[in-house]
Amino acid sequence: MRFTIRINGRQRLVHSDADTPLLWVLRDDLRLTGTKFGCGIAACGACTVHLDGLPIRSCVTPVSAVGTAEIVTIEGIDRSAWGRRVKSAWLDLDVMQCGYCQAGQVMTATALLTRNPHPTDADIDEAMSGNICRCCTYTRIRAAIKRAAGLPTTDTREVDHE
Amino acid sequence: MNETDVVESLENRHPHAAGVSRRAFLTASLAAGGGLLLTLHLPPVARAAGVPAAPAELNPFILIHPDGMVTIMAKNPEIGQGMKTTLPMLIAEELDVEWKSVHAEQALLDPIYGPQFAGGSLGTPLNWIPMQQVGAAGRTLLIEAAAARWRVPVHECDAARGKVYHRPSGRSVPYGALASAAAALPAPALESVTLKNPKDYTIIGKFTGGVDSPQVLAGDPLFGIDVRVEQMSYAVYEQSPVFGGRIVRANLAEIRALPGIRAAFIVRGSGPDAAIDMGLTEGVAIVADRWWDAQKARRKLRIDWDPHTRPEQSTSVFQHEAERLMRTAPQAVIRRDGNVEAALASAARVLTATYTYPFLAHATLEPQNCTAHVKRDGSVQIWAPTQAPAEGAQLVARTLGIDPGRITVHMTRVGGGFGRRLHNDYMVQAAMISKRIGRAVKVLWDRTQDFHHDAYRPAGFHKFTAGLAASGRPVAFRDHFITFGQNGRVASSAGLPGHEFPAGFIANLEYGQSVLQLDVPTGPMRNPGGNALAFAFESFIDEMAHAGGLDPLALRLDLYGPPRVLPAPPPQGALRIPPFDTGRVRGVLELVAHMSHWAQRHTLPAGTGLGLAFYYSHFGYVAEVVKASLGHDGAPKVHQIWAAVDIGRQIINPAGAYNQVQGAVLDGLGQALHLLITVDNGRIVQRNFDTYHLLRMREAPPVEVRFLRSDNPPTGLGEPALPPVLPALCNALYAATGRRIRSLPIGRLRSTAA
Repeated sequence: MRFTIRINGRQRLVHSDADTPLLWVLRDDLRLTGTKFGCGIAACGACTVHLDGLPIRSCVTPVSAVGTAEIVTIEGIDRSAWGRRVKSAWLDLDVMQCGYCQAGQVMTATALLTRNPHPTDADIDEAMSGNICRCCTYTRIRAAIKRAAGLPTTDTREVDHE
Repeated sequence: MNETDVVESLENRHPHAAGVSRRAFLTASLAAGGGLLLTLHLPPVARAAGVPAAPAELNPFILIHPDGMVTIMAKNPEIGQGMKTTLPMLIAEELDVEWKSVHAEQALLDPIYGPQFAGGSLGTPLNWIPMQQVGAAGRTLLIEAAAARWRVPVHECDAARGKVYHRPSGRSVPYGALASAAAALPAPALESVTLKNPKDYTIIGKFTGGVDSPQVLAGDPLFGIDVRVEQMSYAVYEQSPVFGGRIVRANLAEIRALPGIRAAFIVRGSGPDAAIDMGLTEGVAIVADRWWDAQKARRKLRIDWDPHTRPEQSTSVFQHEAERLMRTAPQAVIRRDGNVEAALASAARVLTATYTYPFLAHATLEPQNCTAHVKRDGSVQIWAPTQAPAEGAQLVARTLGIDPGRITVHMTRVGGGFGRRLHNDYMVQAAMISKRIGRAVKVLWDRTQDFHHDAYRPAGFHKFTAGLAASGRPVAFRDHFITFGQNGRVASSAGLPGHEFPAGFIANLEYGQSVLQLDVPTGPMRNPGGNALAFAFESFIDEMAHAGGLDPLALRLDLYGPPRVLPAPPPQGALRIPPFDTGRVRGVLELVAHMSHWAQRHTLPAGTGLGLAFYYSHFGYVAEVVKASLGHDGAPKVHQIWAAVDIGRQIINPAGAYNQVQGAVLDGLGQALHLLITVDNGRIVQRNFDTYHLLRMREAPPVEVRFLRSDNPPTGLGEPALPPVLPALCNALYAATGRRIRSLPIGRLRSTAA
């Protein structure tokens, strides 16, 4: 089947079965490989993209379900002011280790800050707990989200400060 | 960890021969500062020299461009440990260029670079001196070239920030203008170059972001899974759910008729040990123009495997057998000091406990994959996310009957290593499938295949007995370790080293071992041995402290004794290991006690406790304290973790160093809380992240890290910070609840005391 979907501000024509997950259309047909495959069951968040600004798991989203919605991937996140701030904070704090999950982390974090520019630690926990970082860079992900938001990067949860 | 241990752990990751890792050690020698030094021999005159206006290669690691930009080759795979940044930093420091003018590039697999692997936390100790020498050798050439141009003595010239200066005249010339002349000069011997005084460092010790990070966040195709080459097909590879199974029949004709499928065929395994050895296992390859088409077709694949079940290969059977063996004498003695029987008989108190921990999977977030092109002319191109590219090339050469010299391995960025990619099973699959179809192919596993075909962290069982004097001091210690193996030989990463603490620190001590037959592959996982042994030993030592009425910190300080350097183990070949220093143990124990307010722990609210543990591994000394309580739902709540780390005098890149420690601590925390692989009828039960609960953001407590800069050569950081957190957490839960954790994962606890 033929689908016209809007990705990173461009109309893209794809030939695909209706049930093919958006992830594989992005990665193998459109060569947008920044979005990663981790689990295939929406359990790790590596494949997170934005659908009309909301973070979704592209590994379980059939291409036929996209319709006229606007898809944004990590390759297009610079179009968002929050996306640029998040990426910049990620680089300033050197968040990544292996880096494989980080596109998904940035997509989820950008969606969080877009709807909630001053997240609490609890907000960060809730928004980010669907994204696995196998290297466990959670400390820096938390700090980078706060930095992007212009908040102090100290952890406000129960911590003994000397 | 002593030298036997290092070599053993390296050999463990290569079941056929020690390969590159052993070569690394046989050519290692002791550096002046007491560190491991790799003897690297650079070609006497650089290649591609003498062409003006073209980039000039000063040596295989350094390419100087006319505009002054410098390409520096990173020889080791980047798995998230930061080596693609760290190694070029070492070279750039001594080359005396500004970091902003450096472009780091991943080297191909090539013997000219010396050993190229990511494992054993060895990147830093093996390369700390040699990479600085490589940079200094480049600087020496540039200074010589400038001196020749100016017709002045070399000693009147020096270098800084990408230029050579002539001090008496104040003249300077940028490297870019000198490079082609410098490249034509004979390279100095690496041992002859002079290294900087550390106080003059401008790059080493500075917070330096990962060199690939901007491209990762741009979505550039850096990882193995992102590789695309001309005319490439995609493949899935279905292996036996029971390890070592052979194919009786498969519905290949039906698969071939499915849309988008180019080919479907059986690949015969390379032999009966292929599964255990992580070689070429038997399977069905489905090749398509799109990976999703191959994956979809796989759902319709029906294979009769022989065997299709192995009832005796089940976690429940192993548990039962282990309990039986614990009631018998060990099959073998690993170590026997003094007289344990007599010491136990005269002890004021005898303590026994049984500890168990499960199999674990590596679960790298990037599933196993590889792209290969076996060409008609016999040459092979491989793009692989691997920790051990040389061993992969050897495996491909051996299995396919190819001259290893015709194999080119491109090391992609690796989406997580953790030891999984010390094996190259996915590489030989891609090569074999490419050979069969005569095209380039990318083999990609799905998550369930990744869980079902790992080399697992082995489970284990420990029956401990300790004798305490009336003072509470231990006088006898015994462990009967029940482990796994094949035909009586201990499986990969399933051994108990004879020097495991408290061996050597309690006079009457005995380690015995019995082996259960295991037909499931095992292998090194981040801190092999330590990731399991620390939990068992450091928890039981905490039990001993409480039973004897001693402060767990005081007991450890007492056992390790006054600060002293123990005799270095005898060298093995040219390999020398830094001697064990009890002063460094004391240093991190006292530091973490200070950081965590250990002495005031009795003032914590009821139901909240601190737990302490120390572990020495990979030449690193790490002490950690966990603060924990039990939630209303019975789930442990971890409030905070403190880590004190001694890996020597120099933190090369603080950006990576703190991140490695925090990540390793949280990785270990997740293992302790949740992680479990179950074997049932020869198959792995867990299939995906919905049944294998890696740590999530909401469970990640703050981790405070401090480095204790002792005057020792810098050592690696990928692994040593992981083990202590497991026992520290369990010890904290004991302090908080009175409940002793003797089996992992912890899961949920009832709040009643044991």
